[in-house]
Amino acid sequence: MAADLGWEAFAILVVLLLVSAAIAQVAALRAAAPRVRWPWWRTLAWHAGLLCAGLALVGPLADAARSSFTAHMAGHLLLGMVAPLLLVLAAPVTLALRALPAPSARRLVRLLRTPFVRVLTHPVVAAALNAGGLWLLYTTDLYRLMHGSVLVHALVHAHVLLAGWVFTASVVGVDPDPHRSPVTVRATVLVLFVAAHSLLGKWLYVRPPAGVEQADARAGAQLMYYGGDVVDVTLMVLLLLGWYRATRPRTGLRTASAAPSATRGAASPLPRPSAPARRRTPTTR
Amino acid sequence: MPNLDRRTLAAGFLFGCGVAASMIDLFVFHLGLQWHHFYDLSTPEVALLADAFFHAFGWFITVWGLFLLADVRRRGGLLWVRWAGAVLVGIGVFQLLDGVFLHKVLRIHQIRYDVELWPYDLTWIGTALLAVVIGTLVARRAGRERPGAAADRPGGTDRGRATG
Repeated sequence: MAADLGWEAFAILVVLLLVSAAIAQVAALRAAAPRVRWPWWRTLAWHAGLLCAGLALVGPLADAARSSFTAHMAGHLLLGMVAPLLLVLAAPVTLALRALPAPSARRLVRLLRTPFVRVLTHPVVAAALNAGGLWLLYTTDLYRLMHGSVLVHALVHAHVLLAGWVFTASVVGVDPDPHRSPVTVRATVLVLFVAAHSLLGKWLYVRPPAGVEQADARAGAQLMYYGGDVVDVTLMVLLLLGWYRATRPRTGLRTASAAPSATRGAASPLPRPSAPARRRTPTTR
Repeated sequence: MPNLDRRTLAAGFLFGCGVAASMIDLFVFHLGLQWHHFYDLSTPEVALLADAFFHAFGWFITVWGLFLLADVRRRGGLLWVRWAGAVLVGIGVFQLLDGVFLHKVLRIHQIRYDVELWPYDLTWIGTALLAVVIGTLVARRAGRERPGAAADRPGGTDRGRATG
């Protein structure tokens, strides 16, 4: 009885958090409205991302995931890959910087510049946290423990979402990032991460976590492999699109001699919508 | 200064390798003919690691090759035939690597199961060599017909850090 109560509390907490995040975005839009034309699709991405996380955490798919490995994997694709990508494309930091009053915005920028955030959002660290968490979950006893304890369940799922989010932001982030790694580093890390992800998919095909039946394991492993591919190729396209935009040939006054600005541009493929934020936050470059 | 001709060749070669690694394998041999399996259960574990890496890198160079192609095109230095030749060379080179190194040395998987293998291997490696030869000829021919060195350097600037 007490255990059931724990799962109910988890579901209510999740819904509360997600609804607050949705309301916060709408409030931020209203606060920034007089000064900012915010692209509609970024708003859509935020709410769709929250919806994906919600589908994975509460409701029929989440219930099925407690007995079916395939359903569990569908939920994890939504929570750890699709939701993070959508939430990153929603550019929440850019929106917050525009919505917050100047002192709070400055505090947020200071926070983003701390050594802790700097280390955490380095692509190598973020990828290790993300892929390492997955390997721990599926190759140790953690998977079984997670289904028995609501606390472990909550921690694992929070990690999957947050690690996926930080990793996606470190590779294809559109928010101002004072420590963005060069495109070569981000590309290398992305390729290695994709390799680790697909290796785990094949590994689970023959060595599923204890208690998972063979047919279920094989369906789930292939879902992880091919579903992961779809999101991974999207990440590659976004990463290289950033490079493509940053290296566009500039016609005009200082074409051939603009090498220094080119180096900066190549390292920071910010799409156009967030460019004004770059100007508003002098600390980001 | 980006050498647009070299970038055309790189774009085609990377795209060709990538297509052979990711798309031809997936769409033709896994889904179409169903000769390949997701995991044949006899593959050594070290080879799985190599396979995963080739898989990831294959997708990346496919996308990279396409963006390089778009880059050459927007700079106005694209010769489609020269690019197509490089694509053929890329497909052939990857297929050679796959047929000799991955299938035979690492033994990741075979072309087909429960059949006499050598006709398949011979066809595989033969078509790979053929693609390399034809691709090279096409690219060289298109290269000779280029309107001189002027086409190489239309005054663009090199910002191609990702190509280094």
